[in-house]
Amino acid sequence: MSKAVIDALVARFPAAVHDPYVGVGGDDCAFVRRESILEVCRFLKAESGFDMAPYITAVDYLGQTPRFEVVYNLYATKANARVRLRVKVGEGEELPSVTSVWRGADWFERYCFDMYGIRIAAHPDLRRLLMYDEFEGHPLRKDYPLRGRQPLVPEREVRDIFRGPGPATRD
Amino acid sequence: MATGNGVPGRPAEVAAGSPAAEDSLLAPLPTKRMVLNMGPSHPATHGVTKIVVELDGETVTDAKIEIGFLHRGFEKSCENSTWTQVFPYTDRLNYVSSIMNNVGYALAVEKLCKLDVPERAKYLRVISSELHRICDHLTLVGATGLELGAMTIVIFAVEARDLVWDRLTELCGARLTSNYARIGGVTRDMPEGWAEKTLKTLDRVAEVREEIDALLTRNRIFADRLRGVGVISRADAIDYGFTGPCLRATGEPYDVRKAAPYLVYDRVDFDVPVGTNGDTFDRYLIRIEELRQSDRIVRQCLAQSEPGEIIVQDFRYALPPKPLVYGTIEGVMAHFKQMMEGVKVPAGEAYSYTEAANGELGFYLVSDGGGRPYKIGVRAPVWPMLMALPSMTKGRLLADLVPVYDSINYIAGEVEQ
Repeated sequence: MSKAVIDALVARFPAAVHDPYVGVGGDDCAFVRRESILEVCRFLKAESGFDMAPYITAVDYLGQTPRFEVVYNLYATKANARVRLRVKVGEGEELPSVTSVWRGADWFERYCFDMYGIRIAAHPDLRRLLMYDEFEGHPLRKDYPLRGRQPLVPEREVRDIFRGPGPATRD
Repeated sequence: MATGNGVPGRPAEVAAGSPAAEDSLLAPLPTKRMVLNMGPSHPATHGVTKIVVELDGETVTDAKIEIGFLHRGFEKSCENSTWTQVFPYTDRLNYVSSIMNNVGYALAVEKLCKLDVPERAKYLRVISSELHRICDHLTLVGATGLELGAMTIVIFAVEARDLVWDRLTELCGARLTSNYARIGGVTRDMPEGWAEKTLKTLDRVAEVREEIDALLTRNRIFADRLRGVGVISRADAIDYGFTGPCLRATGEPYDVRKAAPYLVYDRVDFDVPVGTNGDTFDRYLIRIEELRQSDRIVRQCLAQSEPGEIIVQDFRYALPPKPLVYGTIEGVMAHFKQMMEGVKVPAGEAYSYTEAANGELGFYLVSDGGGRPYKIGVRAPVWPMLMALPSMTKGRLLADLVPVYDSINYIAGEVEQ
């Protein structure tokens, strides 16, 4: 069922969507070029009814160029169809945010930034999700050691010790 | 003492001649916004979450959630252990319903390996998953009662949960961190007489559940605190990526067990409760109803299951039985290879999803053909609900934040991996 979706995608974006394949278990997947992922996602949501993005994650293929791959697992509620898009992102390259398409992509993109260091352009609030702000490095990269040591972090400054922390967005 | 701002109550109910409307004659005194830190260590934030709320009187104007206090590096640890050694790590994801994590991960690996588990293993997986779903929902209902001051409820729920845990201890050896599933099946078969004991336990749990229902559902205070609180519309919920009871509360009837049946869910008869309002009360009602449906599923599975193999008889994926390990050279070799190098899962990637207690629990696995996972990505069902929490509580009272936060069933283990 999703094969038709992938075929429609390849027909509509022949330059951006390449190498569609059927993965194990019958998943319909395709590779998408980094620059066009936002357009493709908009098309999928508007035309093919993929109104939910349950899971967006990244993989570090150290040794390959481009190094990272961001995987978008999408779901269409009305059609009960799933599709997987894989976007290769190199080190230092930026990926456009899809939060304008699905608000739920927010934290998944923050996770990709936090854990892999993939910068997301036009993200409403790109900061670390699971690690603390002063963490150095990106833990899930293959060259980050399993038991990496971090420098001691100086205590965060509280501007007014009597009144407490400030606005939610600052402290 | 009432000024223009900070008048408690739902604005929609303010009638024309009421005192609140007459406040329009008073000079409004602007109050300063207060930032309150419901810090990581707080009795109402289960697990550890930091919610920084900006308050205008008692009304929440903004909330910012910070997670990561329980991040234990699940994914990184799993990349450095063999495929079978990941099972104890998955236990500790959603630690209240750990068998569902085990089964979800096992299904993902079996998808990559293209393995089909034996029938009895499927039934055992479903029975134990549904028992753990019962535990999870009981914990949630108990916690909601506890947070709102109905402490009797938590004691009843914990008593019922304890009875189920006794059965699970007999089945897998542990109450909480079960480590029950393996690639290709499950570890242990049901002990003698377990099925009858489980039916009796389910009867007792049903009594407790009906008592909790009778105490809470038509309870004026409970209903007032939960009805209309934390409302999210169906379209918004889908946009955020809600799944599970929270999505069904908004009216979207999506349940992975019905939409994409796995294991034996297509052979048992059960209903999926769907709500209408998308508020906290609906989420609570759905969970009570799911307790009933899980009970039905377990009873049917116990009746339908036949004796048989509990793990696939392929020694590339499952450990050979000990007589063969000690008696034959092939057994020793298979055991050694699996223990030292890990199960060799074919290279590739797969995304597999199951219906956990909170929603769609997804595992995205990447294998490079070796004995260790190249990447395991866990899709925590609660992330979308947490993302939506500020928008669900904006404009409501601070006291409403607590039941909303409870109803999304935040389990720190799966959120923070």
